[in-house]
Amino acid sequence: MRIPKAASNPVSDMQRSRTRKNWLLSAPALVVLAAASSGPLLIVLVYSFLSAGEYGGVVWKFSTDAWFNVVFFRDIFDGTTTFADAHMTILWRSVRLSFITTLITLAAGFPTAYFIATRPRRNRSLWLFLITVPFWTNLLIRTFAILEVIRNEGLINIGLQTLGIIDKPIQMLYTDFAIMVGMTYVYLPLMVLPLYASMERLNFSLVEAAYDLYATRHKVLHRIIIPLVKPGIIAGSILVFIPSLGAFVTPRVLGGGKKMMLGNLIELQFGAGRNWPLGAALSVTLLALVMAALLMYVRTTQRHSGSVR
Amino acid sequence: MKINRIVAAVAAFGLIFATNALAEGQLNLFNWGNYTSPDLIKKFETTYNVKVTSTDYDSNTTALAKVKAGGHGFDIVVPSANYVKVFIEEGLALEVRPDQMENFKNVAPEWRNSPFDPGRRYSVPWLWGTVGIAVDTDVYKGDINTSSIVFDPPKELAGKINMSPEMGDVLGMALKYIGSEPCTTDKVALKKARDLLMAAKPKWVSMDYGLTEKMPRGDFSAALYWNGAVYRAGLAKSSIKFGYPREGYEIWMDNALVLKDAKNVENAKKFLNFIMAPENAALNSIFTRYANGISGSEAFMPEEMKTASAIVIPEEFKAAGMFFPACSKEATEYYTAIWTELTK
Repeated sequence: MRIPKAASNPVSDMQRSRTRKNWLLSAPALVVLAAASSGPLLIVLVYSFLSAGEYGGVVWKFSTDAWFNVVFFRDIFDGTTTFADAHMTILWRSVRLSFITTLITLAAGFPTAYFIATRPRRNRSLWLFLITVPFWTNLLIRTFAILEVIRNEGLINIGLQTLGIIDKPIQMLYTDFAIMVGMTYVYLPLMVLPLYASMERLNFSLVEAAYDLYATRHKVLHRIIIPLVKPGIIAGSILVFIPSLGAFVTPRVLGGGKKMMLGNLIELQFGAGRNWPLGAALSVTLLALVMAALLMYVRTTQRHSGSVR
Repeated sequence: MKINRIVAAVAAFGLIFATNALAEGQLNLFNWGNYTSPDLIKKFETTYNVKVTSTDYDSNTTALAKVKAGGHGFDIVVPSANYVKVFIEEGLALEVRPDQMENFKNVAPEWRNSPFDPGRRYSVPWLWGTVGIAVDTDVYKGDINTSSIVFDPPKELAGKINMSPEMGDVLGMALKYIGSEPCTTDKVALKKARDLLMAAKPKWVSMDYGLTEKMPRGDFSAALYWNGAVYRAGLAKSSIKFGYPREGYEIWMDNALVLKDAKNVENAKKFLNFIMAPENAALNSIFTRYANGISGSEAFMPEEMKTASAIVIPEEFKAAGMFFPACSKEATEYYTAIWTELTK
């Protein structure tokens, strides 16, 4: 359609000035975002391309050593270069434990969220409130509380021994199991809350309709409930997976420090290792992993919402 | 209601400043965790009318990294001997001349001059001790004065050992064990130390702090750890004993120094002088169960501490002890590579 020229000008002028005003109004937020979020990340990125100082810190000399060392390992004894086996082991452990943690929190969080969402409306906030109670306590204290439960002279072992079920304590503390218990406990609310958010919006008459049409419970779950709360499942999984990847305190306290995760490896470089550039490069690697997970999330949800429409 | 809340918040804020205003000044300590006697702090606060804040760190390297990064607001830091040298060399320490302070006369002669701070122009002894072997003698009855307890464990202790998570201590002791020296760059020795550690690791249960609480609770039965913590664990469970490895062990001393960018320099100086008084140094020793390097402080300590073999090194073991230096960058690279492989 052709718009008369005389009429188009005032409109586009108005639009232009509105756009300008919008930009101006959001400028402070953009500046804060750029300075507070991208700024530090940029420093990390720059540091990863510098040389390590004698006692920590960086020397302003360009170097790709740090990045080389993330992926490759120059054997200190025979000088041969191999794939950085130690870093890959740690990376793989981090991804594996985070993935398992996500699965367990999902398995435990799904029924919990379903339970809350199916309570009478006035009771729901009480249940939600109970889910958030652990957040009132510092992460470290919660982690030490778990230590108290699973240690050799802890609640479980003493209890089982008193009942005569075992005669020697089961070694639970300082194992991968302990790390997983800790992370599952700590991150469970992050799974329940988004799951609940999508279940609350679930139209339960659809479930009833399915039953009326002779769907089995299994079918109702798989073909009605899960597809409808899928955004919640994905959001919860991301919320659990990402902090698990960078977990530092839990592996340190419950894992006994014998087996590192990515967070601990990064800390080692900034601390005793005195190799800040490598630490920075590892941090960027972690960031890239997180970004990849997020991108996957965005793409899956887009596809999902697309299919609904 | 919203207004009320804002008023309350403002009032609370004002109160914080008001309490600060009551004290004449401020002093911000940056020290190892569980390492500063609360009684000492209280006494200093009332004596000089200064408000003291304490922040913890868990390793020399953490302290160095934070101070180096700047913007920390701390006045005093308490690094180990080898790191005192680093703080001075990196220009992070303020030359406050403790050697000219009134209480310097109390510093024991052997600590007055030190390789890490010649002439004590920067630092004051805080506490000193050793890294050795802790064994629960209920579980293992054999000789405990050897680091083979952790590097080549007897079968009674396999799977019940905790290693200190300090890279420098563990690698240094391993190098001493195989007959080399800490911070060596000799690849043959380093490789031997790595193989030793890798072979021993499956027999360790953890590499963690907190021995004082964990060992009496039975989380592990042997450890490579700091003597004072082991002594404290022994007070909770009397079968826990401290051994001095004849293959060589580490002597360390932590020293208080004033940071170059300290905001409360005068108070910090007062504090350094304050902790060189025997009755004050004793407070730290009573709290942490480490010796302090101040002559005459024994008089203020409990009787059993004066003779405890975990604190007073027995004559026969003195020769095997040594200060571990701060390693060169090259040695640290080797250390880190071994440590990463060990804890991967």
